[in-house]
Amino acid sequence: MSDVIGYERGRAGEDPPYLDPNYGSTVKRAPAKPLVRLEHTLTEVTGPGFADGWAGPDKTDLTRQGKSEPIGARMIVAGRILDEHGRPVPKTLVELWQANSAGRYLHEMDQHDAPLDPNFTGAGHVVTNDDGDYKFVTIVPGAYPWRNTHNAWRSQHIHFSVFGPGFASRVITQMYFPGDPLMPFDPIFLSIPEEAARNRMISAYDPTLSVAEWALGYRFDIVLRGRLQTPTGI
Amino acid sequence: MRLIPTPSQTAGPFFKFGLDRPEWADLTGGGKATGEKIRIEGRVFDGDHAPVPDAFLEIWQANAAGRYAHAEDRQAKPLDPHFRGFGRCSTDKEGKYHFLTIRPGAVPGRGNTLQAPHIAVRVFARGLLKHVTTRLYFPEDPLNKSDPVLGSIEDAARRQTLLGAADGADGAVKLYRFDIVLQGKGETVFFDV
Ligand SMILES: [Fe+3]
Repeated sequence: MSDVIGYERGRAGEDPPYLDPNYGSTVKRAPAKPLVRLEHTLTEVTGPGFADGWAGPDKTDLTRQGKSEPIGARMIVAGRILDEHGRPVPKTLVELWQANSAGRYLHEMDQHDAPLDPNFTGAGHVVTNDDGDYKFVTIVPGAYPWRNTHNAWRSQHIHFSVFGPGFASRVITQMYFPGDPLMPFDPIFLSIPEEAARNRMISAYDPTLSVAEWALGYRFDIVLRGRLQTPTGI
Repeated sequence: MRLIPTPSQTAGPFFKFGLDRPEWADLTGGGKATGEKIRIEGRVFDGDHAPVPDAFLEIWQANAAGRYAHAEDRQAKPLDPHFRGFGRCSTDKEGKYHFLTIRPGAVPGRGNTLQAPHIAVRVFARGLLKHVTTRLYFPEDPLNKSDPVLGSIEDAARRQTLLGAADGADGAVKLYRFDIVLQGKGETVFFDV
C-alpha cells in the first residue's frame, strides 16, 4: 500500500475560529481543547460519490415547488465548484437552503414575525456537471433578525453545502450579496479574519447571467481545499 | 496559482428542510449490505452538558471487508454494491442521533500500518463556525492497541472518548453508544483534518 496524497489544510486567517465571543452560540459549543492533528489516511481522502444519482433527482428550480410562484425577486445563482489549484470538481453534491423573500425559514424553530410563503421551501440540490458547474433558480432571500445581540440582523445569505471528492474537502458555507450594508455588522460574516477570504463568500452580480425581463443573475464559485502536490510522509 | 478556499460558515439552526434526509441514517441499503449490522446511538452535548438539539452528524466508513466505495481505494478487497459508507442524521430535541450500519473492516493507515476499524464522524450545528471531526472506534477490537491515530493521543482518558460503548443488542444488532461532548468535562477528541 503506497501512501495517500493528503489534502491541503485550512490556513489561519482564512478559516473561522471555533470560539468567537461576538457570535454568542460559539461560547458553549466551541471545543476548548486543542485539536489533534490527523495526518490524512485513506479515510480522509475518500468520501461519498453522487455521480449515480443517489441523492435523488436534481432540484434546481426553487420557484416551481408550489402551486404557484413564490413572492420575491427571481434570481439565478450559478457558478463552478473548483479546488484551490483551479481544477473543477465534477459530479459532487451541492445543497442549498435559504430564507424566503421576507426573511423567514420554513422551520418550526424560526419564530421571526414575517410571513411564510406557501410556495417556497427554500431548499434545493444538484450534482455538478463534468466541468464542476451548478445552477439554481430561486428568490432573493430577505435579511432576518437573530438574537445574538439586541437588534441584530443577519446579512442576506444563502447556505451552501458541498462535498468535493474526499472527506477532507467538505465545506458548508454561506453566500452573501455584493454591497449588502449588513455585512460589516454581521459577526458570522466577520468571523473570517482576512478580508480576502471573506470576499470569497460574496457573490458577484453577473449581467451575462441575468435573463432579460425575468431574473437577476449572481455568480458564486466555491473553492474547496486541493490536494497536496506531493505525498507527505512515508 | 492558488485560490483562497471558500471559508466555512455555520450551518445555523435552520438547515433541516434543506439537509434532513432521514433515510440516510440507514447505511445498510434496507438490510441488503454484507456484514454484521450494528446500531450507533448517541447524544450531542454542549459545554454545560446540555443536549444540542439543532446539530446534524455525517459519517463515513469502509465496508465490512475494509474497503471504501471510492475510486482512490484500490485495495484488492470486495466492494459491496449495497453499501456506500455515508450517512447523515439530525439530532432530536434531546440531542439524540442514530445510525444503522455495518461493522467496518480494518483499513490501511500511513506507511505500512493498519488502522483499527473506525467510522469518521463530523458534527455541524449552530454555533460551530466550522464542523468538528472525530472518529468512533469499537471498544473490544484488538487492533485498537496498534492503531496509529488512537496511539497519537497520549492521555488515556481522552483516548477513551473515541471508543463507542457496547450497550447490548436489539435482536441480532449490536448497539454502540457514542456521545459527543463539544466542550468541557469529557470533551470528545476532535481532529484537525
Ligand atoms: Fe441562515
